[in-house]
Amino acid sequence: MYRYDEFDRTFVKERVAEFRSQVERRLDGSLSDDEFRPLRLMNGLYLQLHAYMLRVAIPYGTLSARQMRQLAMIADQWDKGYGHFTTRQNIQYNWPKLSDVPAILDALAEVEMHAIQTSGNCIRNVTADQFAGVAFDEVEDPRPTAELIRQWSSLHPEFTFLPRKFKIAVTGAAHDRAAIKAHDIGLRVLRHPDTQAIGYEVSVGGGLGRTPLIGKIIRAFLPRQDLLPYLEALMRVYNSEGRRDNKYKARVKILVHETGIEEIRKAVEEEFAVMDGPSIAADLKEVERIAAYFAPPAYETLPAASTSLQAALESNAIFARFVETNSFKHKVPGYRAITVSLKPIGGAPGDATSDEMRALADAADQFSFGELRVTHLQNIVLPYVKDDDLFALWSFLTDHGLATANIGLITDIVACPGMDYCALATARSIPIAQAIATKFADPDRQKLIGELGIKISGCINACGHHHIGHIGILGLEKSGEESYQITLGGDATETASIGERLGPGVTADAVPDTIERLVDIYLAERQADERFIDTYRRVGLERFKGAIHAVDA
Amino acid sequence: MPLMRNLSFVADSFRHLGDNEAIPASGDIIVPLARLEEAANRLASHKGKLGIHVPNTVKPASLTAHFNEVALISVAFPAFSDGRGFSIARRLRRNGFTGTLRATGPLISDQYAYAKACGFDEIDLPEALAARQTVDQWKKGASAISLSYQRGYARPSTILDRRRAAH
Repeated sequence: MYRYDEFDRTFVKERVAEFRSQVERRLDGSLSDDEFRPLRLMNGLYLQLHAYMLRVAIPYGTLSARQMRQLAMIADQWDKGYGHFTTRQNIQYNWPKLSDVPAILDALAEVEMHAIQTSGNCIRNVTADQFAGVAFDEVEDPRPTAELIRQWSSLHPEFTFLPRKFKIAVTGAAHDRAAIKAHDIGLRVLRHPDTQAIGYEVSVGGGLGRTPLIGKIIRAFLPRQDLLPYLEALMRVYNSEGRRDNKYKARVKILVHETGIEEIRKAVEEEFAVMDGPSIAADLKEVERIAAYFAPPAYETLPAASTSLQAALESNAIFARFVETNSFKHKVPGYRAITVSLKPIGGAPGDATSDEMRALADAADQFSFGELRVTHLQNIVLPYVKDDDLFALWSFLTDHGLATANIGLITDIVACPGMDYCALATARSIPIAQAIATKFADPDRQKLIGELGIKISGCINACGHHHIGHIGILGLEKSGEESYQITLGGDATETASIGERLGPGVTADAVPDTIERLVDIYLAERQADERFIDTYRRVGLERFKGAIHAVDA
Repeated sequence: MPLMRNLSFVADSFRHLGDNEAIPASGDIIVPLARLEEAANRLASHKGKLGIHVPNTVKPASLTAHFNEVALISVAFPAFSDGRGFSIARRLRRNGFTGTLRATGPLISDQYAYAKACGFDEIDLPEALAARQTVDQWKKGASAISLSYQRGYARPSTILDRRRAAH
């Protein structure tokens, strides 16, 4: 994985010192509160319901075991012994004191981490496919591209005071596991159909929030060397033309929606045409320098099938269920990527205690070349596990309560922090997730239902990505009561779609039963091995409407 | 208003002309964009420099034809958090403007380096803000981050170029 050189190290150190000075200048009155607010946000520091919240960047979700241990140390020393992994592959601490934040930033810098641009109206932490570099279906590892963009977007002189936040995601595979169409800019690495040269398909204007929109393709093929100049052109058009009169209409998705993709494409291409590309682009050597950090680890040459794994699978049904559910096909024979669920039945989705973080770091050291990934579905991936080691890993995870076998299933729920933590929330999210997971706790029933993604947001800002959940749940407040609006048919992948509203909102108590009735309708209608989303698309919304009972609303 | 230039507060030779004020025979003046033509027509007989003040909704390309008439372009920053002016400066410089570029509005010392990198020469600040943020703070703000990743901006060699030079 990427390692800082002297320049990266100095840069982050200077940024920490700058933030310390910003805190001091706020305290001595040189900076007004209005001036300080965006500055602290651009360093990941929010003022939440009960306390400050610090969001730490985990660029494209890649972490070393050493970094994970440091995150655990920070949780113990300056928080309440846990952290929350987010839908943007970051980690949030919910209880730091303002005066401790510079010390936390120092501790992060020690392990080449930071909180730069995890909030604010700037280019946010770049995300990528959690199986980057190991996925069987990959054209190219997207992380070197993501790292190049991370560096380029850091303290950008022109694009740090944008109309609104700006999120970029990169995937290197045809199957989109990075939800690129739900991002302000989505990049998909691909080969040119004629020349076979590597380049990018660029989409723009995706986003969730109040106005959910799927990104549109603005450039079908962008040659690799044009990446930074083209991004600069696109950002300049957005910085100049994006609305600033209404924060709810300030994202680039609204600009694209109101202006039209053709007009925006024309404006970006005109800007791009007059730029001096080579003076802006990273040269090939820099691209290669970054890519070298993501070279494959020292894989062993292994047979495609492991006899010890086969024996263990046959003798232990619980282990077999774990392997079936939580493993992902690797590009190297004899290896798998294993997803560790942070969604135990009854737990808070995405939360990990410091003990769990250390256990994950130990597992990574022992079984996965010391590397981990955070997924946008709030789980943790061990990307390089030998088939021969799977049973030992599972036993280790079981001992630490981390062997929940529910990846992609109905209890693998994404949820924002909701009213329990967030100042913006209008309803609770975590308790709803817990109640649904408890209702569907039976592993056999989960398996029978199959792939089904539930996503819950506690307010219209949609941090829980409910619009792109197969079943989305949005918590609102209606005359003093929580009311949950359910949407069906959302999809975060290359077949991206926004969920449709099922009907009137239901009470918190009624959510689990409503979900159960939806599942029953699906099971009754399901043909062959259709997933929930497939059945939904075939039979349509109407068939599911009976799941909402009048008494629940 | 206090003018920050080269990390000092300096005297401003320019004066903003009032909306109804006649164009004087001499002196460095800044007129609003709407009066550019009127002012430019008087340029031959005017003793002093001409500047224009533009809103941050201006299309920079519309100013190119006037580059040889104006010595200064003042770009409005209605709020420090409204970054449109940075892109305007960048485009004006790219389009060949070599005169003085002034940012006019409540920028903060933390933005000094950004403003310079995008092509601004000076910042015209509101009195109250200049009173709060000392020259020392502007100096610190300018040098807080000594390195940058973005190529093509008006500042010393970037991290990317230094990496290349080191190999």
